[in-house]
Amino acid sequence: MNNNSGYWKENLRLVSVLLIIWFVVSYLFGIILVDTLNKISLGGVGLGFWFAQQGSIYTFLVLIFVYAKKMNKLDRKYDVHED
Amino acid sequence: MDLQTITYLFVGATFALYIGIAFWARAATTGEFYVAGKGIHPVANGMATAADWMSAASFISMAGLIAFNGYGASVFLMGWTGGYVLLALLLAPYLRKFGKFTVPEFIGERYYSRTARIVAVICLILASITYVIGQMKGIGVAFSRFLETDYDTGLYIGMGIVFIYSVMGGMKGITYTQIAQYCVLIFAYTVPAVFISLNITGNPVPQLGILSTMADSSTYMMDKLNMVVSELGFNEYTTQVMGSKLNMFAYTLSLMIGTAGLPHVIIRFFTVPKVKDARSTAGWALVFIAILYTTAPAVGSMARLNFMNTIQTGPVGEVNANIEYEKRPQWFKNWESTGLLKFEDKNGDGRIQYYNDKNKDFEEKANSYGWKGNEMVKVDRDIMVLANPEIAKLPNWVIALVVAGGLAAALSTAAGLLLAIASSISHDLLKGIFMPEISESQELMAGRVAMAGAIAMAGYFGLHPPDFAAGTVAIAFGLAASSIFPALMMGIFNKKVNRAGAVSGMIAGIGITMLYVFQHKGIMFIPGTSFLGDMSPSWFFGISPNAFGAVGALVNFAVAIGISKVTAAPPEHIQHLVEDIRVPKGAAAAAEH
Repeated sequence: MNNNSGYWKENLRLVSVLLIIWFVVSYLFGIILVDTLNKISLGGVGLGFWFAQQGSIYTFLVLIFVYAKKMNKLDRKYDVHED
Repeated sequence: MDLQTITYLFVGATFALYIGIAFWARAATTGEFYVAGKGIHPVANGMATAADWMSAASFISMAGLIAFNGYGASVFLMGWTGGYVLLALLLAPYLRKFGKFTVPEFIGERYYSRTARIVAVICLILASITYVIGQMKGIGVAFSRFLETDYDTGLYIGMGIVFIYSVMGGMKGITYTQIAQYCVLIFAYTVPAVFISLNITGNPVPQLGILSTMADSSTYMMDKLNMVVSELGFNEYTTQVMGSKLNMFAYTLSLMIGTAGLPHVIIRFFTVPKVKDARSTAGWALVFIAILYTTAPAVGSMARLNFMNTIQTGPVGEVNANIEYEKRPQWFKNWESTGLLKFEDKNGDGRIQYYNDKNKDFEEKANSYGWKGNEMVKVDRDIMVLANPEIAKLPNWVIALVVAGGLAAALSTAAGLLLAIASSISHDLLKGIFMPEISESQELMAGRVAMAGAIAMAGYFGLHPPDFAAGTVAIAFGLAASSIFPALMMGIFNKKVNRAGAVSGMIAGIGITMLYVFQHKGIMFIPGTSFLGDMSPSWFFGISPNAFGAVGALVNFAVAIGISKVTAAPPEHIQHLVEDIRVPKGAAAAAEH
């Protein structure tokens, strides 16, 4: 059981870090700080606008694949992987 | 070949393809019918999930929303993609490990309660039916506009196609058909976008096109668009907001949580072979969704620019700069005949003036030009994607392709939703609660009958769309966000949440969301019964009814955790069940059922 609770703790830590990034790129960059970030221009578009309509989506993709990769590693580390 | 022949050809060919796939992938067991025998590769499953998720709304309506709401429409872009992060990190792998067929089955077993299972079935059916009505309407509209049949005939053809491949193939047939439908819809969405981006900016990649300069000058495309719209008194495209910041925050959160709680998306994660695959499936699904979602801002902004330039052909204020009504392009006439585009010559000059007559600062200027109000009295946002290739003067085959794509988007989502409804009736209500003794072949038969019944019902609502169809989208997302998602998440991440907590949490969450929607939009959407008024001054902290699911979800979490603290902890074997689903090991055994 100890083994599994260590696995679960590491899992929760990973999920928390990823969800913080998830929050930052969408809610913080895309909504809360949008006016400030829009002062930085990127091809005629404010950076805040870009995060809201493009950047956040790309980041979401990276987050899921990082999660899948790290969890597969974690499964093996704690020997809880399938087959 | 004229447009109509090509359109028949494209639509006919894609329909033949879908039916061919259905014959090839028939379902023989309940496992194949509900979850495709858990044998779908993550990339294929991701593609099917993407088609399942992207409905007529994503394909047709979203770019129109972006075109007219600019930055404000970001809530849809972030909300409908960010939910996949929640799904992948918080739900998918654990639900796959649990290894059953339906969402209510998990809720019923985790909270050791039939009541919880029934509440979940009700939420699921309500949310799914709302969605199906919208898809059916989309199918009818697409047919009636482009194949010049009447709306009813279009709807019957659509129902027939869905019937053939979903009743026969179940999840297995649906999944393989959805893969084909994804290919059709993404091709149909990106091809016109590439052409238009190339025309306007010279850059063939739409995602880069919005960051490029105009093909004919050194002005950035977005700067140009901002200039064009603000010159006519509209809000600047890249900064216009939707309500307050708090509203945009809550709206995005509701859509994200709602996405992660919609049953037809969740059941896709039961169909993969392993827990490992459930994680990557969410990623692949988002890859395929992101191709459309990152293209949509380009489609929206460029359609707006083209549309404005068609009407206002030169400097604002010059008489000759407004197009003469008699010289309006063909697409304008086509859409006028559908009633979705309307012109009214208010100042009687025979020219079209399209500007924001609600803008007080612009009024004086407009008066000095002799303008007597905005003459484009109706511009339905939903026509933007369908009219876009015509506005940009693209060849006929591109227009035909867009029609086939719109139908693929509507059909694939309808099939996924119908399966979610059918499986919750045959598996949760019939096998799980009322007739547990039926055999597998009887259950499979019941599943098919339930599916046929669900199609008939969806068709009925498609023929007689209830007045409230548009308003119920708030309910669908509200239900999914405020009931299903919190119950699932707490079921996995909080061992202490018990039966009493989960049931009262779900009821409180839905209750407060429904109450809020009803008091602003009318009880059961009946006009005149909205006792607080639909306008923003009466909104709670300025949060619109569509965005209230996030608050409902918070209430659900708070109530469930609070009640669980003061009532008896869940029994020992439930706590073991939770510990078991948290680790992937042993998933194969769980799948045996």
